[in-house]
Amino acid sequence: MITLEHYLVLAALLFSISVAGIFLNRKNVIVLLMCIELMLLAVNINFIAFSFFLQDLAGQVFVFFILTVAAAEAAIGLAILVLLFRNRGTINVQDLDAMKG
Amino acid sequence: MTFELILFYAFGAILLGAALAMISVRNPVHAALFLVVCFVAAAAIWLLAEAEFLGIVLVLVYVGAVMVLFLFVVMMLDINLAKLREGFTEYLPVGVVVAAAMATVLVLVITRYITMEVPERAGPEYANTEALGAILYTEYVYPFEIAAVILLVAIIAAISLTMRKRPDNKSIDPGQQMAVSREGRVRMVSMPSEKKRAPRRSAQGSGSGASDDDASK
Repeated sequence: MITLEHYLVLAALLFSISVAGIFLNRKNVIVLLMCIELMLLAVNINFIAFSFFLQDLAGQVFVFFILTVAAAEAAIGLAILVLLFRNRGTINVQDLDAMKG
Repeated sequence: MTFELILFYAFGAILLGAALAMISVRNPVHAALFLVVCFVAAAAIWLLAEAEFLGIVLVLVYVGAVMVLFLFVVMMLDINLAKLREGFTEYLPVGVVVAAAMATVLVLVITRYITMEVPERAGPEYANTEALGAILYTEYVYPFEIAAVILLVAIIAAISLTMRKRPDNKSIDPGQQMAVSREGRVRMVSMPSEKKRAPRRSAQGSGSGASDDDASK
């Protein structure tokens, strides 16, 4: 039998891997966006697991909305990325210091 | 060990392996393809948890649309991969330590404090899509509409951000056409009427035709 711990541990490991990915690829904006997608996937696995084990569909409705917002975020993020590359010619995070932050 | 558990471990191993490959390959195109593998494996795991509709949606929307968008953008950009990889080994220990600490804490908490009894599997007459639709269009109809507005905003934002005006484009601007007034185009000049001049004597020789043309103008 697949227990709740199986799902939660899998999601926790996936989340940790994507955190490591953000640390490792901290210069490449594209891979950073992909790591954020992976994090959202880990969170969604938790929602689905709790939805099944509590026998409550609200968790799946939440996953539906998270997918919607994540798709919108990916579209706008990639549009900003294209604009950035067109104007600056680079997607290196280190070079994006026009605002001296 | 039941067949379900074997499936779960198989797809979980694929998921974690593809995630590890995604964060460590040097080519962003390969990373995007590994992310596709992640999404497919996660969809299979969602199917095991009786979320059939969302599993299909994950494959259709993410693998079919979002990852294709990622691949388009990655292939359109001409990026210097070597420069983007510079700090990889430098930040490897930090990333591994942070991720390991986070995973340890999460797994300890999950395995020690969270238990829930496994519910019975739904029968073949249960339709996940139907149940989800029934709750989505009644109880969650306002959030559903907000989600639609969010998608609309995303469409408008993405198009308006990436659309560029071309200087060599000769298309007309309807607003400018409508704003034209008579005063901007025609100027009435008050002047006395000219007297009729006597026709100029045409020059002799070969250039006479040309000079006649000039006079008539």
